Amino acid sequence: MLNSSLKELAQALAGKKISSVELTQLYLDRIARHNPAINAYVSTQPERSLAQAKAADARIAAGDIGPLTGIPLAQKDIFCAEGWLTTCGSKMLANFVSPYDATVIQKFDAAGAVNLGKTNMDEFAMGSSNETSFFGPVKNPWDQSRVPGGSSGGSAAAVAARLAPAATGTDTGGSIRQPAALCNLTGLKPTYGVVSRWGMIAFASSLDQAGPMARSAEDCGLLLNAMAGFDPKDSTSLERPVEDYTRELNAPATAKPLAGLKIGLPKEFFGEGCDAAVMAAIQAAIEQYKALGAEMVEVSLPNMKLSVPAYYVIAPAEASSNLSRFDGVRYGYRAPEYDNLDDMYAKSRAQGFGAEVKRRILIGTYVLSHGYYDAYYLQAQRIRRLIAEDFVAAFKQCDVILGPTSPSTAFKLGDKAGDPVQMYLSDIYTIAVNLAGLPGMSLPCGFAEGLPVGLQLIGNYFDEARLLNVAHRYQQVTDWHGRAPAGLE
Amino acid sequence: MSLTPEQVRRIAHLARIETSDAEVQTTLDHLNGIFSLIEEMQAVDTQGVAPMAHAQDLAQRLREDAVTESDRRAAFQAVAPETEAGLYLVPKVIE
Repeated sequence: MLNSSLKELAQALAGKKISSVELTQLYLDRIARHNPAINAYVSTQPERSLAQAKAADARIAAGDIGPLTGIPLAQKDIFCAEGWLTTCGSKMLANFVSPYDATVIQKFDAAGAVNLGKTNMDEFAMGSSNETSFFGPVKNPWDQSRVPGGSSGGSAAAVAARLAPAATGTDTGGSIRQPAALCNLTGLKPTYGVVSRWGMIAFASSLDQAGPMARSAEDCGLLLNAMAGFDPKDSTSLERPVEDYTRELNAPATAKPLAGLKIGLPKEFFGEGCDAAVMAAIQAAIEQYKALGAEMVEVSLPNMKLSVPAYYVIAPAEASSNLSRFDGVRYGYRAPEYDNLDDMYAKSRAQGFGAEVKRRILIGTYVLSHGYYDAYYLQAQRIRRLIAEDFVAAFKQCDVILGPTSPSTAFKLGDKAGDPVQMYLSDIYTIAVNLAGLPGMSLPCGFAEGLPVGLQLIGNYFDEARLLNVAHRYQQVTDWHGRAPAGLE
Repeated sequence: MSLTPEQVRRIAHLARIETSDAEVQTTLDHLNGIFSLIEEMQAVDTQGVAPMAHAQDLAQRLREDAVTESDRRAAFQAVAPETEAGLYLVPKVIE
């Protein structure tokens, strides 16, 4: 049951081989057993989860069955869920029980999915290792002395450790794809505007996008079907026709299912800076794709190296504005002692935010301040356009772009925690995708010294269905994505 | 470029984050490291390139100025640090 696909779980539920209550209890028991070591979940509410499962069983008994009815899912603790602690990994929100549901949560509820609990994350999604969480670091289930990646590291570890069949994540600079890579998962960041951001605690609003984290492209497609869609409550939500993101997956498997597909290999993804063992797994995946009928084309993203500097202006600038709402007045942490209103703000924010969040607020405040705005913020936005135009040019020569997700496998806890710049550079291959607003995904493509390696696929705008199919065809002929870490029985 | 301790104190004040003298020094070191990364942008000639604020260059959608939500003041104030008679309480601002 633990290694079943979502489709298989739905069939088992529909065929009354298992009830949603039984399935939910199975995962709650595993969470109780393994979460103390992995720290993937910040909070669970077993009674609430089981009540949802019972309601799902009633729906199933009445014949009201959708693809996710009765399926338990883990939700990143960035999504507000009514009656649930919603902490965003921060002391600032350590006592915040949300009075409302995010649109993503509403959609999963409507689909009959069960909320298993809220997953740990880097504080306010700022980090690539999950070490900035107020609730302590998450351990990588493949090697508990290593990080799971971030910021959606709790979701990644939960699914990898079989503490949830699938989970949600959010991705501002790689926060779905990098932890998916480090934990052997399949994760998809959709095109900006496809999934509503309403009720998803804001980090950098022009980059933030939610998406699925699961054990296969097919599972990701089923989750995205539930998550995506126009939402009038999010001013950047796009009005587009409803899509079935799994529509290409059911075509019969042929010898060369990807014949005619052009895969672009940006030379900037294949230069120095990537571990040799990671690159060897990527090269093997390229050979596999050729065997599936795809044609490789060399492309170039000449401004990609500027994506990290531009991102570390734009994201902190937006964060400094978004996080100004945390003032100790309407919700969240308030310092116990202060002299006056201004002092209350300054002390509440100093005590409520962790070091990385404060650094980014300070960077953002500086680059937006009088006299520096043009040199930093506007320059970064101009570079953002150059980066987006590089992708537009590349997609004239190819259908999807392929490369590594992360330059290394999971690193040791503590290795980069003291050096922000080294931490930032671990997102070198993912950030440009957010700046351009494109869909991107990571899927397992091998192991290096026992640690998972992630393959990144980047699609053109709104090409999620094709991306998922390109990943699915690879997963039909490989078994990397099916492997589970040992020692978590 | 390199920030000074004075500049760090100034932006910490603008951001309303209390910062001790000891924290100013560590923060300064970290921020200078980050800005040395950011400075790589400055060598790029971007003359004539329009700044890009949105991935699809779309303007934000506007909605009718109409009431769409029900009154949930009690639920929203239940999570506030201090309220009274439906109002948020803060330290006295006007003497």
